[in-house]
Amino acid sequence: MAAEPGGGTLAPPGAVAAPARGRGRHVPWIPIGIIALFVTAAALAPLVSPGDPYAQSLRNRFKPPVWDQRGTWAHPLGTDRLGRDMLARILYGARVSLAVGALAVLLASSVGAAVGLVAGYYGGRVDAALMRITDATLSFPVILLALILAVTVGPSFLNVVIAISVILWARYARVIRGEVLTLMQLDFIAQARIAGAGAWRIITRHLAPNTLNTLVVLITLQVGYVIIVEAALSFLGAGIPPPTPAWGSMIAEGRDFVTSAWWVSFLPGLAIMLVVLAFNLLGDWLRDTLDPKLRQL
Amino acid sequence: MGPAVVDVRDLQTHIVTRWGTLKAVDGVSFTVAEGETLGIVGESGSGKSMTCLSIVRLVPRGAARIVGGQILLDGEDLLTKSDTEMQQIRGRKVAMILQDPMSSLNPVFSVGMQVREPVAMYHRLRGRALTERAVELLASVRIPSPGARLRAFPHQLSGGMRQRVVGAMAIAAPPRLLIADEPTTSLDLTIQMQYLGLLKELQERHRLAMIFVTHDLGIVARICDRVAVMYGGRIVEIGPVRRIFKSPAHPYTRALLDAIPRLGARRDRLTTIEGQPPDLVALPPGCAFTPRCPHAVERCRREAPAESVVGPEHATRCWLNGPA
Repeated sequence: MAAEPGGGTLAPPGAVAAPARGRGRHVPWIPIGIIALFVTAAALAPLVSPGDPYAQSLRNRFKPPVWDQRGTWAHPLGTDRLGRDMLARILYGARVSLAVGALAVLLASSVGAAVGLVAGYYGGRVDAALMRITDATLSFPVILLALILAVTVGPSFLNVVIAISVILWARYARVIRGEVLTLMQLDFIAQARIAGAGAWRIITRHLAPNTLNTLVVLITLQVGYVIIVEAALSFLGAGIPPPTPAWGSMIAEGRDFVTSAWWVSFLPGLAIMLVVLAFNLLGDWLRDTLDPKLRQL
Repeated sequence: MGPAVVDVRDLQTHIVTRWGTLKAVDGVSFTVAEGETLGIVGESGSGKSMTCLSIVRLVPRGAARIVGGQILLDGEDLLTKSDTEMQQIRGRKVAMILQDPMSSLNPVFSVGMQVREPVAMYHRLRGRALTERAVELLASVRIPSPGARLRAFPHQLSGGMRQRVVGAMAIAAPPRLLIADEPTTSLDLTIQMQYLGLLKELQERHRLAMIFVTHDLGIVARICDRVAVMYGGRIVEIGPVRRIFKSPAHPYTRALLDAIPRLGARRDRLTTIEGQPPDLVALPPGCAFTPRCPHAVERCRREAPAESVVGPEHATRCWLNGPA
């Protein structure tokens, strides 16, 4: 792009508000690193795992982690009550947590964003109806729905994802609808209408792209939340059924032995904490960088 | 002047509020011919914007409704068109430029993408031809180095430049009727003059009929052929600009003209019109200007004045001029 004479109306490159945004906040490399670590571990679990997460060995039950004097390098993070390798189970457990997190959030955000866009665009009765459904959904506890599903159809990976997304979409719907209401006041929407654009074109070409920032922030912040909900469900036995390693059920299995074998509960708990914290920090940073209006989220 | 492009007859647009029905547009009639510019002036709430939105049938949904009249565009009544037909008419036949250049472009797309969109829609162009046409359009609104500007984002352009881009999009078809709703209000004075010149030029090139909404009589004098003065949802005076400036027939028009500050006039205070704009929900049965009119008589309060012709193409709604 050549700077030509008379081009004074184009601001010099770089002067475009970029420095003002997210001032004083550096790219959160530590959270990004933690997330990257867990994502690779989950993706490559069969390759990086020291062993089979299902292999039991009753002779090696409750082996402490390697830094304990009774620990061995054969099981760097020790073993659980059936002698299964903790490191292998935590690595495989990352698959469950991240898969549930990603799937539930993607499902919920696409449905929620669609509802929010439609409600905000059409307004009036459509809006009122959709928002009442949203309110009703938000008032229903996720755990209760998951328990009902677990009891009636049996606990499974799919049911966890369904239970979480069936509730979670409502938050997206609400936030996106609010965003759309503000956008609808702006002249470019009116201008698009005047230019002969129909509802579909305005929603997809004008409204949706303008809500992307919000959506990205919300998605990142919600991944952490979903992982915690999944862990809680698995802890209660309404989540991923054993013997599939899931962090929540691992904590539950170690509950009775906390005094003698603390690592069985503690280590998966630590994994949950690290991942959720990392997603939250990343989400906070994204929010401050992309969309400072969203402080209240 | 050529044949009438748009012929608005007895247009009625009502807004339903909690406090009652508001007659935002109450029996407005006018025509605009090819290549002609009609100015619509009036204070906030006089119904000028609502009249324009009624023409493109985009009055705020839910609240406002067009309840009567006809809007003939090249002889076809827009009020009988279906929503899909209207979508084909908007942009292709009638285009509109809004007031706020800061928000009239989509902030997340480049200028190029936004200018290409209507061109692609109206002319079914793609690829190179589409880009070429977009560059031509930007060049026609005097945007320097238009090819390079295609990649700029709205926030990188000044208000005047953005308003030019909006202008370029408005004439993409080109339309038959261009409605400009206070397009220069938020621009600097010098930029305003440039923009008005540009609009005039575009109008002559495409033989557009133009409706120019403003509250600035200076702009009216500059670019309009005829002017309609609105008050309380009605046109109280309509006629050729020269005649209206020289011999205004309606007391409100006279008051408006007196309120223009003049250099050299030795006055301590600016002349204003006494009183408040009318409450459109509770309009008096007679002339809406009665409470502020220095010449009001008993009849003004009781009966709304009919239109009376006071000169060539010059009409007003005031008992002072009417037949007794």
